[in-house]
Amino acid sequence: MQASIPSIVGQMIVFFLFVFITMKYIWPPITKALEERRTKIAEGLAAAEKGARSLQDASLKSEEALKEARVQAQDILAAANKQAAQLVEQAKGTAQAEAERIVARAHEEVQREVAHAREELRKQVGELAVAGAAKILKREIDTKAHADVLNELAAKI
Amino acid sequence: MAEAGHSPAEYVTHHLRHWSSGSDSGFISLSDWHLDTLIISTLLGIAFLTLFRIAAVRATSGVPGKLQNFVEVLIDFVDNSVKDSFHGVRTFVAPLALTIFVWVFLWNAMDLLPVDLIPKLWAAGHAAAGHDPAHAYIRVVPSADMSATFALSISVFLLIFVYSFKGKGVGGYFKEFLTHPFGPWLLPFNVILNFVETLARPLSLALRLFGNLYAGELIFILIALLPWWAQVVPGLGWALFHILVITLQAFIFMTLTIVYLSMAHEHH
Repeated sequence: MQASIPSIVGQMIVFFLFVFITMKYIWPPITKALEERRTKIAEGLAAAEKGARSLQDASLKSEEALKEARVQAQDILAAANKQAAQLVEQAKGTAQAEAERIVARAHEEVQREVAHAREELRKQVGELAVAGAAKILKREIDTKAHADVLNELAAKI
Repeated sequence: MAEAGHSPAEYVTHHLRHWSSGSDSGFISLSDWHLDTLIISTLLGIAFLTLFRIAAVRATSGVPGKLQNFVEVLIDFVDNSVKDSFHGVRTFVAPLALTIFVWVFLWNAMDLLPVDLIPKLWAAGHAAAGHDPAHAYIRVVPSADMSATFALSISVFLLIFVYSFKGKGVGGYFKEFLTHPFGPWLLPFNVILNFVETLARPLSLALRLFGNLYAGELIFILIALLPWWAQVVPGLGWALFHILVITLQAFIFMTLTIVYLSMAHEHH
Protein backbone atom coordinates (compact mmCIF):
# COMPACT_ATOMS: atom_id res chain seq x y z
CA MET A 1 0.00 0.00 0.00
CA GLN A 2 1.57 3.21 -1.14
CA ALA A 3 0.47 6.59 -2.33
CA SER A 4 2.65 7.97 -5.07
CA ILE A 5 2.78 11.72 -5.51
CA PRO A 6 3.88 11.64 -9.18
CA SER A 7 1.07 9.20 -9.88
CA ILE A 8 -1.45 11.49 -8.22
CA VAL A 9 -0.31 14.46 -10.29
CA GLY A 10 -0.25 12.45 -13.49
CA GLN A 11 -3.64 10.99 -12.79
CA MET A 12 -5.06 14.45 -12.12
CA ILE A 13 -3.79 15.70 -15.46
CA VAL A 14 -5.34 12.69 -17.20
CA PHE A 15 -8.57 13.27 -15.32
CA PHE A 16 -8.89 16.91 -16.33
CA LEU A 17 -8.05 15.97 -19.89
CA PHE A 18 -10.86 13.41 -19.86
CA VAL A 19 -13.30 15.88 -18.34
CA PHE A 20 -12.36 18.40 -21.01
CA ILE A 21 -12.92 15.85 -23.78
CA THR A 22 -16.26 14.82 -22.29
CA MET A 23 -17.33 18.44 -21.98
CA LYS A 24 -16.24 19.33 -25.50
CA TYR A 25 -16.97 16.29 -27.62
CA ILE A 26 -19.43 14.02 -25.81
CA TRP A 27 -21.85 15.95 -23.67
CA PRO A 28 -23.07 18.61 -26.14
CA PRO A 29 -23.99 16.40 -29.15
CA ILE A 30 -25.91 13.93 -27.03
CA THR A 31 -27.79 16.49 -24.96
CA LYS A 32 -28.53 18.35 -28.19
CA ALA A 33 -30.00 15.19 -29.71
CA LEU A 34 -32.03 14.62 -26.55
CA GLU A 35 -33.34 18.17 -26.61
CA GLU A 36 -34.20 17.95 -30.30
CA ARG A 37 -36.05 14.71 -29.77
CA ARG A 38 -37.95 16.26 -26.88
CA THR A 39 -39.14 19.17 -29.03
CA LYS A 40 -39.93 16.77 -31.89
CA ILE A 41 -42.07 14.64 -29.64
CA ALA A 42 -43.80 17.70 -28.23
CA GLU A 43 -44.52 18.95 -31.74
CA GLY A 44 -45.79 15.53 -32.76
CA LEU A 45 -48.11 15.37 -29.79
CA ALA A 46 -49.41 18.86 -30.51
CA ALA A 47 -50.00 17.96 -34.16
CA ALA A 48 -51.83 14.79 -33.16
CA GLU A 49 -54.04 16.76 -30.82
CA LYS A 50 -54.73 19.30 -33.55
CA GLY A 51 -55.57 16.51 -35.97
CA ALA A 52 -57.98 14.93 -33.54
CA ARG A 53 -59.64 18.27 -32.95
CA SER A 54 -60.02 19.00 -36.67
CA LEU A 55 -61.38 15.49 -37.18
CA GLN A 56 -63.98 16.17 -34.53
CA ASP A 57 -64.79 19.48 -36.20
CA ALA A 58 -65.12 17.82 -39.58
CA SER A 59 -67.38 15.07 -38.32
CA LEU A 60 -69.54 17.66 -36.61
CA LYS A 61 -69.71 19.67 -39.81
CA SER A 62 -70.54 16.63 -41.91
CA GLU A 63 -73.30 15.65 -39.53
CA GLU A 64 -74.73 19.13 -39.80
CA ALA A 65 -74.55 18.99 -43.59
CA LEU A 66 -76.28 15.64 -43.55
CA LYS A 67 -79.05 17.00 -41.39
CA GLU A 68 -79.46 19.98 -43.66
CA ALA A 69 -79.55 17.73 -46.72
CA ARG A 70 -82.18 15.57 -45.11
CA VAL A 71 -84.34 18.61 -44.39
CA GLN A 72 -83.84 19.84 -47.92
CA ALA A 73 -84.78 16.48 -49.37
CA GLN A 74 -87.91 16.50 -47.27
CA ASP A 75 -88.77 19.95 -48.59
CA ILE A 76 -88.17 18.93 -52.17
CA LEU A 77 -90.31 15.85 -51.74
CA ALA A 78 -93.10 17.88 -50.24
CA ALA A 79 -92.92 20.44 -53.04
CA ALA A 80 -92.96 17.71 -55.66
CA ASN A 81 -95.94 16.07 -54.04
CA LYS A 82 -97.75 19.35 -53.96
CA GLN A 83 -96.94 20.06 -57.57
CA ALA A 84 -98.12 16.62 -58.62
CA ALA A 85 -101.37 17.08 -56.76
CA GLN A 86 -101.75 20.45 -58.39
CA LEU A 87 -101.10 18.94 -61.81
CA VAL A 88 -103.67 16.22 -61.20
CA GLU A 89 -106.18 18.80 -60.04
CA GLN A 90 -105.52 20.95 -63.04
CA ALA A 91 -105.86 18.00 -65.39
CA LYS A 92 -109.09 17.04 -63.71
CA GLY A 93 -110.39 20.57 -64.19
CA THR A 94 -109.43 20.65 -67.84
CA ALA A 95 -110.94 17.25 -68.46
CA GLN A 96 -114.16 18.27 -66.78
CA ALA A 97 -114.37 21.45 -68.85
CA GLU A 98 -113.71 19.50 -72.00
CA ALA A 99 -116.34 17.00 -71.09
CA GLU A 100 -118.80 19.76 -70.39
CA ARG A 101 -117.99 21.38 -73.67
CA ILE A 102 -118.46 18.11 -75.53
CA VAL A 103 -121.72 17.49 -73.75
CA ALA A 104 -122.88 21.01 -74.53
CA ARG A 105 -121.98 20.62 -78.16
CA ALA A 106 -123.78 17.30 -78.35
CA HIS A 107 -126.78 18.88 -76.70
CA GLU A 108 -126.79 21.67 -79.20
CA GLU A 109 -126.57 19.24 -82.04
CA VAL A 110 -129.40 17.24 -80.60
CA GLN A 111 -131.41 20.45 -80.30
CA ARG A 112 -130.68 21.38 -83.85
CA GLU A 113 -131.51 17.92 -85.05
CA VAL A 114 -134.75 18.04 -83.12
CA ALA A 115 -135.62 21.44 -84.62
CA HIS A 116 -134.79 20.19 -88.06
CA ALA A 117 -136.90 17.08 -87.59
CA ARG A 118 -139.76 19.18 -86.31
CA GLU A 119 -139.57 21.43 -89.36
CA GLU A 120 -139.52 18.42 -91.59
CA LEU A 121 -142.36 16.92 -89.72
CA ARG A 122 -144.32 20.13 -89.89
CA LYS A 123 -143.80 20.28 -93.62
CA GLN A 124 -144.87 16.71 -94.07
CA VAL A 125 -147.89 17.23 -91.81
CA GLY A 126 -148.89 20.27 -93.97
CA GLU A 127 -148.64 18.25 -97.14
CA LEU A 128 -150.44 15.39 -95.44
CA ALA A 129 -153.18 17.76 -94.31
CA VAL A 130 -153.48 19.20 -97.80
CA ALA A 131 -153.60 15.70 -99.30
CA GLY A 132 -156.14 14.72 -96.65
CA ALA A 133 -158.28 17.78 -97.27
CA ALA A 134 -158.14 17.21 -101.05
CA LYS A 135 -159.21 13.70 -100.55
CA ILE A 136 -161.98 14.80 -98.22
CA LEU A 137 -163.21 17.55 -100.55
CA LYS A 138 -162.62 15.27 -103.46
CA ARG A 139 -161.96 18.09 -105.56
CA GLU A 140 -159.05 19.85 -106.83
CA ILE A 141 -157.76 22.57 -104.75
CA ASP A 142 -155.80 25.26 -106.29
CA THR A 143 -152.57 24.72 -104.41
CA LYS A 144 -151.35 28.02 -105.45
CA ALA A 145 -154.40 29.84 -104.26
CA HIS A 146 -154.50 28.13 -100.95
CA ALA A 147 -150.84 28.05 -100.24
CA ASP A 148 -151.21 30.85 -97.76
CA VAL A 149 -153.89 28.99 -95.86
CA LEU A 150 -151.85 25.82 -95.86
CA ASN A 151 -148.74 27.49 -94.66
CA GLU A 152 -150.68 29.09 -91.86
CA LEU A 153 -151.99 25.72 -90.95
CA ALA A 154 -148.60 24.17 -91.03
CA ALA A 155 -147.24 26.90 -88.74
CA LYS A 156 -150.00 26.18 -86.25
CA ILE A 157 -149.12 22.48 -85.94
CA MET B 1 -4.78 -20.40 -5.51
CA ALA B 2 -1.38 -19.72 -4.12
CA GLU B 3 1.38 -20.73 -6.44
CA ALA B 4 3.40 -23.72 -5.38
CA GLY B 5 6.35 -22.80 -3.23
CA HIS B 6 4.85 -19.53 -2.02
CA SER B 7 3.37 -18.95 1.37
CA PRO B 8 -0.02 -17.27 1.52
CA ALA B 9 1.61 -14.16 2.97
CA GLU B 10 3.99 -13.98 0.03
CA TYR B 11 1.10 -14.49 -2.39
CA VAL B 12 -0.87 -11.65 -0.83
CA THR B 13 2.01 -9.20 -0.65
CA HIS B 14 2.95 -10.06 -4.21
CA HIS B 15 -0.57 -9.21 -5.30
CA LEU B 16 -0.59 -5.96 -3.39
CA ARG B 17 2.59 -4.58 -4.86
CA HIS B 18 2.44 -2.03 -7.65
CA TRP B 19 4.18 -2.14 -10.95
CA SER B 20 6.27 0.85 -10.03
CA SER B 21 8.83 2.91 -11.86
CA GLY B 22 11.17 2.68 -8.84
CA SER B 23 11.59 0.58 -5.76
CA ASP B 24 10.58 3.08 -3.07
CA SER B 25 8.71 1.15 -0.40
CA GLY B 26 7.61 4.13 1.76
CA PHE B 27 3.97 4.85 2.48
CA ILE B 28 4.20 8.03 0.43
CA SER B 29 6.54 7.97 -2.50
CA LEU B 30 7.79 11.22 -3.96
CA SER B 31 9.57 9.63 -6.86
CA ASP B 32 7.88 6.44 -8.02
CA TRP B 33 5.14 6.24 -10.60
CA HIS B 34 2.50 3.58 -10.24
CA LEU B 35 2.60 2.54 -13.85
CA ASP B 36 -0.10 -0.12 -13.55
CA THR B 37 -2.67 2.30 -12.11
CA LEU B 38 -1.78 5.01 -14.58
CA ILE B 39 -1.85 2.81 -17.66
CA ILE B 40 -4.92 0.79 -16.76
CA SER B 41 -6.97 3.78 -15.66
CA THR B 42 -5.98 5.74 -18.75
CA LEU B 43 -6.91 2.82 -20.99
CA LEU B 44 -10.28 2.53 -19.25
CA GLY B 45 -10.82 6.25 -19.67
CA ILE B 46 -9.96 6.06 -23.35
CA ALA B 47 -12.38 3.15 -23.74
CA PHE B 48 -15.09 5.22 -22.07
CA LEU B 49 -14.41 8.27 -24.21
CA THR B 50 -14.25 6.24 -27.42
CA LEU B 51 -17.53 4.48 -26.77
CA PHE B 52 -19.30 7.69 -25.82
CA ARG B 53 -17.73 9.60 -28.68
CA ILE B 54 -19.04 7.02 -31.14
CA ALA B 55 -22.49 7.43 -29.64
CA ALA B 56 -22.14 11.23 -29.77
CA VAL B 57 -21.11 11.21 -33.43
CA ARG B 58 -23.97 8.93 -34.37
CA ALA B 59 -26.48 10.71 -32.13
CA THR B 60 -29.73 11.50 -33.89
CA SER B 61 -32.87 13.14 -32.67
CA GLY B 62 -34.80 10.37 -34.44
CA VAL B 63 -35.06 6.79 -33.29
CA PRO B 64 -31.94 6.06 -31.21
CA GLY B 65 -29.90 2.88 -31.60
CA LYS B 66 -28.97 0.60 -28.73
CA LEU B 67 -25.64 2.29 -27.99
CA GLN B 68 -27.23 5.72 -28.14
CA ASN B 69 -30.00 4.54 -25.87
CA PHE B 70 -27.50 3.31 -23.31
CA VAL B 71 -25.45 6.49 -23.44
CA GLU B 72 -28.55 8.66 -23.30
CA VAL B 73 -29.84 6.84 -20.24
CA LEU B 74 -26.53 7.45 -18.48
CA ILE B 75 -26.36 11.08 -19.52
CA ASP B 76 -29.96 11.70 -18.56
CA PHE B 77 -29.36 10.07 -15.18
CA VAL B 78 -26.23 12.13 -14.49
CA ASP B 79 -27.85 15.31 -15.78
CA ASN B 80 -30.84 14.80 -13.49
CA SER B 81 -28.57 14.10 -10.51
CA VAL B 82 -26.71 17.33 -11.21
CA LYS B 83 -29.92 19.27 -11.81
CA ASP B 84 -31.31 18.14 -8.46
CA SER B 85 -28.60 19.75 -6.37
CA PHE B 86 -26.56 22.10 -8.52
CA HIS B 87 -28.37 25.30 -9.42
CA GLY B 88 -26.21 27.03 -11.94
CA VAL B 89 -24.67 26.58 -15.35
CA ARG B 90 -24.08 22.86 -15.80
CA THR B 91 -21.86 22.96 -18.87
CA PHE B 92 -18.83 21.94 -16.82
CA VAL B 93 -20.27 20.24 -13.75
CA ALA B 94 -22.45 17.74 -15.62
CA PRO B 95 -19.68 16.41 -17.91
CA LEU B 96 -17.43 16.32 -14.83
CA ALA B 97 -19.97 14.22 -12.98
CA LEU B 98 -20.39 11.89 -15.96
CA THR B 99 -16.64 11.42 -16.30
CA ILE B 100 -16.30 10.68 -12.59
CA PHE B 101 -19.20 8.25 -12.56
CA VAL B 102 -18.22 6.22 -15.60
CA TRP B 103 -14.50 6.32 -14.95
CA VAL B 104 -14.77 5.28 -11.31
CA PHE B 105 -17.30 2.61 -12.29
CA LEU B 106 -14.83 1.15 -14.80
CA TRP B 107 -12.00 1.31 -12.26
CA ASN B 108 -14.12 -0.58 -9.77
CA ALA B 109 -15.34 -3.04 -12.37
CA MET B 110 -11.76 -4.24 -12.84
CA ASP B 111 -12.23 -5.86 -9.46
CA LEU B 112 -14.58 -8.40 -11.05
CA LEU B 113 -11.82 -9.80 -13.26
CA PRO B 114 -10.35 -12.96 -11.74
CA VAL B 115 -7.60 -11.77 -9.37
CA ASP B 116 -4.93 -13.93 -10.97
CA LEU B 117 -5.87 -13.38 -14.62
CA ILE B 118 -3.88 -10.29 -15.51
CA PRO B 119 -1.02 -10.92 -12.99
CA LYS B 120 -0.52 -14.40 -14.50
CA LEU B 121 -0.49 -13.02 -18.05
CA TRP B 122 1.82 -10.27 -16.90
CA ALA B 123 4.21 -12.78 -15.30
CA ALA B 124 4.13 -14.91 -18.45
CA GLY B 125 4.91 -11.81 -20.51
CA HIS B 126 7.82 -11.00 -18.19
CA ALA B 127 9.13 -14.54 -18.50
CA ALA B 128 8.83 -14.37 -22.27
CA ALA B 129 10.79 -11.11 -22.29
CA GLY B 130 13.52 -12.81 -20.30
CA HIS B 131 12.82 -11.20 -16.92
CA ASP B 132 12.21 -12.90 -13.63
CA PRO B 133 8.43 -13.54 -13.39
CA ALA B 134 8.67 -13.41 -9.60
CA HIS B 135 9.30 -9.67 -9.86
CA ALA B 136 6.37 -9.04 -12.23
CA TYR B 137 4.07 -6.91 -10.13
CA ILE B 138 0.78 -5.50 -11.31
CA ARG B 139 -2.43 -4.32 -9.69
CA VAL B 140 -5.39 -4.09 -11.97
CA VAL B 141 -7.92 -2.16 -9.86
CA PRO B 142 -7.05 1.55 -10.09
CA SER B 143 -9.47 2.50 -7.30
CA ALA B 144 -7.66 0.14 -4.93
CA ASP B 145 -4.67 2.47 -5.33
CA MET B 146 -4.72 5.59 -3.15
CA SER B 147 -2.91 7.53 -5.86
CA ALA B 148 -5.87 7.22 -8.18
CA THR B 149 -8.57 7.99 -5.62
CA PHE B 150 -6.60 10.92 -4.21
CA ALA B 151 -5.98 12.24 -7.69
CA LEU B 152 -9.74 12.42 -8.17
CA SER B 153 -10.53 13.82 -4.75
CA ILE B 154 -7.79 16.45 -4.91
CA SER B 155 -9.12 17.49 -8.31
CA VAL B 156 -12.54 17.88 -6.74
CA PHE B 157 -10.91 19.72 -3.81
CA LEU B 158 -9.38 22.24 -6.20
CA LEU B 159 -12.68 22.61 -8.05
CA ILE B 160 -14.40 23.36 -4.75
CA PHE B 161 -12.16 26.42 -4.42
CA VAL B 162 -12.75 27.41 -8.02
CA TYR B 163 -16.51 27.25 -7.55
CA SER B 164 -16.36 28.98 -4.15
CA PHE B 165 -14.45 31.88 -5.63
CA LYS B 166 -16.78 31.97 -8.63
CA GLY B 167 -19.93 31.86 -6.52
CA LYS B 168 -18.95 34.04 -3.57
CA GLY B 169 -15.84 35.86 -4.68
CA VAL B 170 -12.46 35.40 -3.00
CA GLY B 171 -13.37 37.86 -0.22
CA GLY B 172 -16.75 36.28 0.29
CA TYR B 173 -15.18 32.86 0.61
CA PHE B 174 -12.70 33.95 3.28
CA LYS B 175 -15.36 35.93 5.10
CA GLU B 176 -17.49 32.81 5.27
CA PHE B 177 -14.44 30.77 6.31
CA LEU B 178 -13.83 33.13 9.24
CA THR B 179 -17.38 33.90 10.36
CA HIS B 180 -19.43 30.86 9.50
CA PRO B 181 -21.14 29.07 11.29
CA PHE B 182 -20.74 30.62 14.79
CA GLY B 183 -20.55 34.31 13.89
CA PRO B 184 -17.61 36.71 13.98
CA TRP B 185 -17.15 36.60 17.78
CA LEU B 186 -16.16 32.95 17.79
CA LEU B 187 -13.69 33.31 14.95
CA PRO B 188 -11.10 30.72 16.17
CA PHE B 189 -13.75 28.04 16.39
CA ASN B 190 -15.01 28.92 12.95
CA VAL B 191 -11.53 28.62 11.54
CA ILE B 192 -10.92 25.26 13.22
CA LEU B 193 -14.26 23.87 12.13
CA ASN B 194 -14.01 25.10 8.55
CA PHE B 195 -10.42 23.93 8.28
CA VAL B 196 -11.40 20.44 9.36
CA GLU B 197 -14.47 20.44 7.13
CA THR B 198 -12.52 21.58 4.09
CA LEU B 199 -9.82 18.99 4.57
CA ALA B 200 -12.25 16.21 5.47
CA ARG B 201 -13.93 16.35 2.10
CA PRO B 202 -11.09 15.20 -0.16
CA LEU B 203 -9.86 12.80 2.51
CA SER B 204 -13.23 11.13 2.98
CA LEU B 205 -13.91 11.02 -0.76
CA ALA B 206 -10.61 9.34 -1.56
CA LEU B 207 -10.47 7.02 1.44
CA ARG B 208 -14.06 5.82 1.10
CA LEU B 209 -13.54 4.70 -2.45
CA PHE B 210 -10.07 3.35 -1.79
CA GLY B 211 -11.12 1.50 1.36
CA ASN B 212 -14.09 -0.21 -0.25
CA LEU B 213 -12.23 -1.37 -3.30
CA TYR B 214 -9.02 -2.26 -1.47
CA ALA B 215 -11.02 -4.40 0.92
CA GLY B 216 -12.89 -5.93 -1.98
CA GLU B 217 -9.71 -6.79 -3.80
CA LEU B 218 -8.15 -8.21 -0.65
CA ILE B 219 -11.11 -10.49 -0.08
CA PHE B 220 -10.93 -11.74 -3.66
CA ILE B 221 -7.24 -12.47 -3.05
CA LEU B 222 -8.06 -14.33 0.16
CA ILE B 223 -10.78 -16.33 -1.61
CA ALA B 224 -8.21 -17.18 -4.25
CA LEU B 225 -6.07 -18.72 -1.49
CA LEU B 226 -8.74 -21.35 -0.79
CA PRO B 227 -8.62 -24.76 -2.48
CA TRP B 228 -10.37 -24.55 -5.86
CA TRP B 229 -13.50 -26.45 -4.80
CA ALA B 230 -14.11 -24.08 -1.91
CA GLN B 231 -13.77 -20.94 -4.04
CA VAL B 232 -16.99 -21.11 -6.00
CA VAL B 233 -19.54 -20.20 -3.35
CA PRO B 234 -17.66 -17.37 -1.57
CA GLY B 235 -16.22 -16.13 -4.89
CA LEU B 236 -19.65 -15.95 -6.51
CA GLY B 237 -21.25 -14.43 -3.42
CA TRP B 238 -18.61 -11.75 -3.02
CA ALA B 239 -18.66 -10.95 -6.76
CA LEU B 240 -22.45 -10.55 -6.73
CA PHE B 241 -22.25 -8.32 -3.69
CA HIS B 242 -19.43 -6.44 -5.30
CA ILE B 243 -21.56 -5.52 -8.32
CA LEU B 244 -23.55 -3.42 -5.86
CA VAL B 245 -20.43 -1.93 -4.25
CA ILE B 246 -18.92 -1.04 -7.62
CA THR B 247 -21.96 0.89 -8.78
CA LEU B 248 -22.72 2.40 -5.41
CA GLN B 249 -19.21 3.72 -4.85
CA ALA B 250 -19.12 5.28 -8.30
CA PHE B 251 -22.51 6.87 -7.65
CA ILE B 252 -21.50 8.13 -4.19
CA PHE B 253 -18.31 9.69 -5.51
CA MET B 254 -20.26 11.47 -8.25
CA THR B 255 -23.09 12.62 -5.99
CA LEU B 256 -20.75 13.94 -3.29
CA THR B 257 -18.75 15.82 -5.91
CA ILE B 258 -21.93 17.48 -7.15
CA VAL B 259 -23.06 18.28 -3.62
CA TYR B 260 -19.70 19.75 -2.61
CA LEU B 261 -19.57 21.88 -5.74
CA SER B 262 -23.12 23.12 -5.29
CA MET B 263 -22.41 23.95 -1.64
CA ALA B 264 -19.31 25.82 -2.72
CA HIS B 265 -21.20 27.66 -5.42
CA GLU B 266 -24.12 28.88 -3.34
CA HIS B 267 -24.36 31.42 -0.57
CA HIS B 268 -25.37 30.23 2.85
